[in-house]
Amino acid sequence: MSRRVDLLVVGAGPAGMAGAVMARRHGLDVLVVDEQPTPGGQIWRNVEAVAGTRRAALLGRSYAKGRAAVARFRASGAGYAPETQVWQIEPGPRAYMSHGGAASVVEAGCLMLATGAQERPAPFPGWTLPGVMTVGAAQILLKTSGQIPDQPVWIAGNGPLPLLYAAQLLRAGGRIACVLDTTPPGGRTAALPKLAGAALGAPGDLAKGLGWMLALRRAGVRVVRGVAEIEAQGGDALERVRYRTVSGAEATEPAHLLLVHEGVVPTIHPTLALGCRHRWDAGQDYFAPELDPWGETSERGVFVAGDGAGIGGAETAGLRGEIAALRIAARLGRLAEAQATAEARRLWAKLKRKLAARPFLDALYRPRRAVLVPPDQTLACRCEEVTAAQIRAQAAIGRPGANQVKAFTRAGMGPCQGRQCAYTVANILSDAEGRAVPDIGLYRVRPPLKPLTLGELAALDATDAAA
Amino acid sequence: MTRTDTLVIGGGLHGLSAALHLARAGRRVIILERSWVGRHASGASAAGVRTLNRDPAEIPISLESMQMWHRIAAIVGDDCGFHAYGQMRVAEHPHQVAALEQRLAAMRRAGYGHEELIDRGELRRLVPAIAPHCTAALVARNDGAADPHRTLAAFRRAAEAAGVEIREGAGVIGIERQGADWRARTPAREVTAPVIVNAAGAWAGKIAAMVGDDIPLGVKASMMIVTERIAPLLKPVVGAVGRSLSFKQSGQGTLVIGGGLQGSADVEAQRSFVHFRELAKGARAASELFPSVGTVRIVRTWAGMEAKTADLLPVIGASPTAPGVFHSFGYSGHGFQLVPVVGAIIADLVVHGGTNRHIAGLAPERLMPRRAAA
Repeated sequence: MSRRVDLLVVGAGPAGMAGAVMARRHGLDVLVVDEQPTPGGQIWRNVEAVAGTRRAALLGRSYAKGRAAVARFRASGAGYAPETQVWQIEPGPRAYMSHGGAASVVEAGCLMLATGAQERPAPFPGWTLPGVMTVGAAQILLKTSGQIPDQPVWIAGNGPLPLLYAAQLLRAGGRIACVLDTTPPGGRTAALPKLAGAALGAPGDLAKGLGWMLALRRAGVRVVRGVAEIEAQGGDALERVRYRTVSGAEATEPAHLLLVHEGVVPTIHPTLALGCRHRWDAGQDYFAPELDPWGETSERGVFVAGDGAGIGGAETAGLRGEIAALRIAARLGRLAEAQATAEARRLWAKLKRKLAARPFLDALYRPRRAVLVPPDQTLACRCEEVTAAQIRAQAAIGRPGANQVKAFTRAGMGPCQGRQCAYTVANILSDAEGRAVPDIGLYRVRPPLKPLTLGELAALDATDAAA
Repeated sequence: MTRTDTLVIGGGLHGLSAALHLARAGRRVIILERSWVGRHASGASAAGVRTLNRDPAEIPISLESMQMWHRIAAIVGDDCGFHAYGQMRVAEHPHQVAALEQRLAAMRRAGYGHEELIDRGELRRLVPAIAPHCTAALVARNDGAADPHRTLAAFRRAAEAAGVEIREGAGVIGIERQGADWRARTPAREVTAPVIVNAAGAWAGKIAAMVGDDIPLGVKASMMIVTERIAPLLKPVVGAVGRSLSFKQSGQGTLVIGGGLQGSADVEAQRSFVHFRELAKGARAASELFPSVGTVRIVRTWAGMEAKTADLLPVIGASPTAPGVFHSFGYSGHGFQLVPVVGAIIADLVVHGGTNRHIAGLAPERLMPRRAAA
């Protein structure tokens, strides 16, 4: 089965929805595909169902804003394919996708990748034990089913999400055993000079952060600052958490659930697969696609909007979606170039204001070294069970890049397709070989982008034969 | 500038094997590899070790190579993950059995006994998971498959232990005659040697042109599918009459599905592309021969990149025009099994000026049109 649209949007989060709405305003035939059953993306997951319930109140005001965005998208006339996984994108652009076990192909005039961010892989000793999960995964449970852990939870991490989740959990009646704040103390010093810019440009973001911290203090939650090392211990499941602070204080305490989070990084699998050029963001230790001011990649007709373009949050994501849609409308002849530019100017100015807090946040929440370069006994690749020590041992033989180490050790060959270990392997090699991460490189992305069954792929051949 | 006895261009398996055998024959050998060892076809190989259904021109050396595979640990110090569980070509319909019978008769007439026709009962005994409609198969019981990365590592280690110097990140950009030597230039350095072995895979035609041999080559970009690990399903490597399929389970438990379905390649950019509409045929063939695999998840797919000749046979032999130049390329998608023996053949040609092995049908001259016309 094959169809053609003016614009194919992958991802129905803030960027994809706003982009689709703008593109529809200019008369484009738009299809938005998304893996979830309802629109909203990660940040506004399940927002339509939750809106108006008690859960909406405890998830906070930013979450509630999503309802209006989803309503605008629903009313826009854009085609919407939920529970659909895009598993291959080829130049053209042409996208292969599966829904309910059936594969299909969509050809598009332009493509907008609004696939957002993923939590930064942050392996540490014991991270694969049952009872250890990410804050992001725990938040999904809270948003979709209101699940609250029945035991007091340990939260360890850096960045705004652990604080937000902790505040949400307290409001929902959950209990927190302890927060291990892994923000490197140096980050505060580095961030201070950037505070003024942040306060002027995006005072709301700063106020939100302060609000979450206040909520923790009011609830009397124990917070340990300057945590440099974490280890999850236990037999078949988590039994204890060991931590050590930068000042050398060390403790081991009983724990049943440990939630970790060390920031988010753009999802770059699709753009890597398409062969788009990427830039290294040395401030946040991640790769992001190289984009022009409209969000177009080095591959013509392929745009990236939202956190996949670089971490900026929901509001910047929506702006980026709109900006890209203007350019796409002009590219497809539905809007004069000059008019697109005139409309975009207003959005660019807003985007700049919204991004003003980024340098402050980036400096404050720079990941600590052990997140990037974990100690020897840590599993770097959990699919193939390859340790950090095994990766380091490879660095001693020649000066291999990521793809050679993949061939030698099988790290990155498992079902997660290297999403979890690509940065870890690159950082370990970079550290051991004294080369910058961009010199080491990431694994070549080998399709499919999402696991696809043999039967689904086989059906694609059968459909062609019938057509 | 460095001078050596023999310069091997290309750090794939054929370059490594030639270098290994030459070093063991006492030659000083340098390998110049543009990227890194095993970057293209060797690292993208399905690593089938097959004598079954080969072209008659290749059979003598393929059979000798198979003997070498059965003692591969003695040659390179590691078993390369090689298992001789057999390879087979299955007939799914009664009318296809005639094709297998004809092939078998031709093999018998030529005096070969390595292929054998088996009936439905024996087929099901060897591969219980195969779909019940399969009626017969041609099988080579001594065939099998290896692990491509282990094979690369083993040949590399053995070559280096024998004294071969491997220079990675050293692509040859020009070759000139200098007295009785050849001078090969890379962006960073020059190497001179009286003997060059051209094992440059998809780029071997360009290297041949640098020494004056015009050998037209196409590109093969054979696609592969690897799935998640599953419980043991089968041991032999299974193909089928009338289908592009090679189906096996690796030592790790993943299914490895190839068979020569073609993607595409941009040789200049060193990039290859998977074409899913085409690859769907392979998935369909696999799930029709093994109905239980329909729900198994594909973890990754890729396309390798290597040289293809007009007759799909490799080019193995001395250059007819350039003294001291020996070619080993154009394996057209079935070179992995030939790796051990061709290294020995190249060493014969370089060291002794000839070989007793049967390579007459593989000489470069056959593909050199201007020469043939002259």
